[in-house]
Amino acid sequence: MAWTWFHRLGSPPYIYSLAARLTPWFAWPAALLILGGLYGGLVLASPDYQQGEGYRILYVHAPSAWMSLMVYTTMAIAAAVGLIWRIKVAHAVAASCAAMGASFTFAALATGSLWGAPMWGTYWEWDPRLTFELILLFQFLGYMGLRAAIDDVQRADRVSAVLAIVGVVNVPIIHYSVEWWNSLHQTASVMKLSKPTMPLDMLIPLLMMFLGFTLLFVALLLTRLRAEVLSRERSAAWIRDVVNA
Amino acid sequence: MNSLGEFLAMGGYARYVWPSYALVLAAIVLNIVWARRALHRARAEARRRVAMKDTQ
Repeated sequence: MAWTWFHRLGSPPYIYSLAARLTPWFAWPAALLILGGLYGGLVLASPDYQQGEGYRILYVHAPSAWMSLMVYTTMAIAAAVGLIWRIKVAHAVAASCAAMGASFTFAALATGSLWGAPMWGTYWEWDPRLTFELILLFQFLGYMGLRAAIDDVQRADRVSAVLAIVGVVNVPIIHYSVEWWNSLHQTASVMKLSKPTMPLDMLIPLLMMFLGFTLLFVALLLTRLRAEVLSRERSAAWIRDVVNA
Repeated sequence: MNSLGEFLAMGGYARYVWPSYALVLAAIVLNIVWARRALHRARAEARRRVAMKDTQ
């Protein structure tokens, strides 16, 4: 009995309608938080005492980087669930993550580069964090390439799941890279166990961006998941109800 | 910050700050467009399949 919710989560028609109902509850708060965070970060937050107005790149750079790690972790967990319990919907979740992950990893790298130019005097440095984040981009692209190269969906699910799971080792490496190695990249200001080292007018917009990006990810994932589930289950009877609705 | 011009200048960092914001906003908009397009295509494809089955 306690497990019925779990089994229903594995049922494509249930997931499809649940995802459709849930999407606006994530999308609208995400839009409000991101717009509020952008306004706060660009206008309300005071300039940094060292970097002046240049530090405002933080408000788009850090959430993008956070997104890249969150998407990869979700992808790897979903792939593992799909592989271990043979749940098709879990594989569909993993497959839905890759393009989002790749684009925000690219955004994190590019905004970091634009931040590095004035502050470090270089657009790129083979620094541990930057290097491993670049590898993360190649992991997403490799995952997508691998899926695209295999015609049989179930085989693509299994093979790409192994790649996603093995690659998850890079997530803690990226997160802790600034502590493990002597890095150009600054250490964490928010994502750490002790108190954040930032005044509130700087911190609140940043937290709004983090939460907004997280909710945006869920909304995007739900939409992509519906597409993925629908294309996988094209012969099932419930499709008839869905497309005629 | 006093004037719009000052705001846009970003204390001399305009050519780093604004491209960063433009890039991330583009990533957000693109992801929304991609996700909606994927759903739209999947629905159209499913509709075709159902119609084909009905004519058989």
